[in-house]
Amino acid sequence: MTPQPKLDLDPEAVRTARRLAARAAEPIIEMARTHTTVSVERALLRLAGLAGADADGRPWVNHLADAVRGQVGLEHGVALPVWDALLTGPHESLAELARAAARGRVRFRLPAGDAARAARDAARAAARAGIDRIDARRAERDRLLGQVGDPPHPWIYLIVATGDIYEDIPQAQAAAREGADVVAVIRSTGQSLLDYVPEGATREGYAGTYATQENFRLMRAALDEVSRELGRYVRLTNYASGLCMPEIATLAGLERLDMMLNDCMYGIIFRDINPRRTFIDQRFSRQIHARAGIVVNTGEDNYLTTADAVDAAHTVIVSQLLNERFGHEAGLADAQLGLGHAFEIDPSLPGSFRLELAHAQLVRELFPDAPLKYMPPTKHMTGNIFAGYLLDAFFNLAGVMTGQSIILIGMMTEGIHTPWLSDRDLALENVRYVRDACGDLAEDFAPRPDGFIVQRARRVLAEAVDLLARIADDGLLNAIADGTFGVTRRPPDGGKGLDGVVERADGYFNPAIEILDTEDPHAAARAQEEVPA
Amino acid sequence: MTAATPGSTAARTPAEAGTRQVIRPYGDTTGDGMVQLSFTLPVPAGERAEAAALQLAAKMGLDPASVVHAKAMGPHFTFFIVYGRVSHLIDYAAIPAPPEREYPLLSAQEVNLAIRSALGRRLVVVGACIGTDAHTVGIDAILNVKGYAGEKGLEYYREIHVVNMGAQVTVEELVARAKAENADAVLVSQVVTQRNAHLHNTKQMAAAFHAEYPTAVAAGMGRPLLVVGGPRFDTVTAEELGVDRIFGKGTTPSEVASYLVHALLPREAAP
Repeated sequence: MTPQPKLDLDPEAVRTARRLAARAAEPIIEMARTHTTVSVERALLRLAGLAGADADGRPWVNHLADAVRGQVGLEHGVALPVWDALLTGPHESLAELARAAARGRVRFRLPAGDAARAARDAARAAARAGIDRIDARRAERDRLLGQVGDPPHPWIYLIVATGDIYEDIPQAQAAAREGADVVAVIRSTGQSLLDYVPEGATREGYAGTYATQENFRLMRAALDEVSRELGRYVRLTNYASGLCMPEIATLAGLERLDMMLNDCMYGIIFRDINPRRTFIDQRFSRQIHARAGIVVNTGEDNYLTTADAVDAAHTVIVSQLLNERFGHEAGLADAQLGLGHAFEIDPSLPGSFRLELAHAQLVRELFPDAPLKYMPPTKHMTGNIFAGYLLDAFFNLAGVMTGQSIILIGMMTEGIHTPWLSDRDLALENVRYVRDACGDLAEDFAPRPDGFIVQRARRVLAEAVDLLARIADDGLLNAIADGTFGVTRRPPDGGKGLDGVVERADGYFNPAIEILDTEDPHAAARAQEEVPA
Repeated sequence: MTAATPGSTAARTPAEAGTRQVIRPYGDTTGDGMVQLSFTLPVPAGERAEAAALQLAAKMGLDPASVVHAKAMGPHFTFFIVYGRVSHLIDYAAIPAPPEREYPLLSAQEVNLAIRSALGRRLVVVGACIGTDAHTVGIDAILNVKGYAGEKGLEYYREIHVVNMGAQVTVEELVARAKAENADAVLVSQVVTQRNAHLHNTKQMAAAFHAEYPTAVAAGMGRPLLVVGGPRFDTVTAEELGVDRIFGKGTTPSEVASYLVHALLPREAAP
């Protein structure tokens, strides 16, 4: 389904842009390969099946990782000390060990020789069991897609955010019945800054619902039910971002979430999370997503909510190319790269819709096989719900004209409150009308050669190449420190979470990373496909 | 129905009769009283649902009212658009002019311009959640670029240098950092606390700053401006706490930025 090219882009310019993105990404990838974080280590423990929290809500994975860090450090990874303690001590499970460690009753050591070999084997078996569970969930998704059916593009993406998982569930099911192909449960404000994953089914959140393993499970089960009812697989989305990105990615893989917000720079720029922490956490989380068959959604739309959507259009392209490079390196296939962009140009600007078409078509042609995620206007939604409804219709029109893959449905009450039931219903009526009235308009839409749209697209690409060249020379961390993206300056040693970053020592061992670094993440899924039905 | 005719309202307030200015909503004719509203009822669509919608409209003072649109939203909900004539009257003259904010609300550009022209350097703001409160929702809403209520946080302002120290910061750490950064203003958030700890923490913080800057004349003159925010400060005054300003629930970043300009910069610099 490769879209037909309409902008006559210079293939050499496109190749140059990708080459520069790879050069800019390389030092960051090297850093991610040589460091670990508290959350990467906790993700291994979660993969190995350690769940639950103490009476105060502090997860056992945090207790265990902190105990290891306090006694022997994390530079060799948690795996050797933890499985050594399990093999040589009286504790029968990770859960028991974590409880004892929380009470200060476990002595950890870095094992050597035979003890190290035994610990390594035991840790490998535990990690393998977790990866097998993720593989099984992916196979289950593929089976369900075959049984109940996969909706055609563009997928309609809707947000639910009540704060109470038990209110979210009927709302999500109602949204699916009204036409949503993808349901995203927005997280509680501030969860990205928690250095632990909350536990259990939650009923209170600030402007969103906490991402927890149990909430994931409940919502996926509810959407499976409605998918069967509707004869169309309804995808579930959450957020692998913030300080616990690797753990949340792991929980998403274990609970068969389908898409995850996972941007290479969002947390740095918008949440002031330390850049190093973010990039290291991100590589692991993307390796898990690749393995789990999860589509990542990147957050370039956000840059345009701070910077000007015309002046900063090229920063979106630059970030997409970086997200693509980091994604490919971590094993994500093109079909898993839900690169983001947005309809955020000031509607009072003459020709604003033509500019939007130019930007949207440019992204479509640069990433022909990526399930692009197109975001509706937010910055220029003023509270005038009537004008907002019109702007959302133009957004929907741009989406179908340029063949976008995932369309987030704009709410006319954007910026007023989290969507009401009726807001969602009206928004779906809007997108249904546009889709029915001109769903195939992309076939007829051919911008005039060398016309306004074509020239604008070329100019944005040229600006992106210039900026990438600068970033490749100066270094991505310096570019972020200089405020290149989203206007905000973020120095490499600032922000939250730097104390959770640890350089790997010689002999660092993490059996999950061993599997993810060496195996083709899509091999198991491909083998499945080849089995005749 | 308690709504009265214009005549009877006048009879009740004879003293103000000369200055009354009675208004009602305007559709397309003066005095028609027409309003539009939309709402959802948690019942299946149908005639009974419409009767319920009309009864609601009547109870809201719409007489006559008509349902112009009713649509099922799934099996359990119905959405309505209703038009009707309200019988309520408003005496516009009796509406007091709203108390003015002690400072004008400025756009980000205006704030940046005011700082640039008055200070010739960036305004330094140090923010933190002090005490045991781990909820950074409030301070992050005001400081993070992400912002709050559709407004970007103070980090977005080019002329404001933000140092966000995060949660569980001690008063000593806060004072030390404010000194080291040469802070113009200190923002403290207290969201979730037990037993008035937020009041105690704030007083302790204010006392520490006053002790640290004994020769200060006023906020911005020898010591940083002290601002505290949170949902549970409505029983106390800034003076009682020893701070310069309290912000309550729902405060947006631009209100804080505008206040900083008002409180810290010479008046003529503000646009």
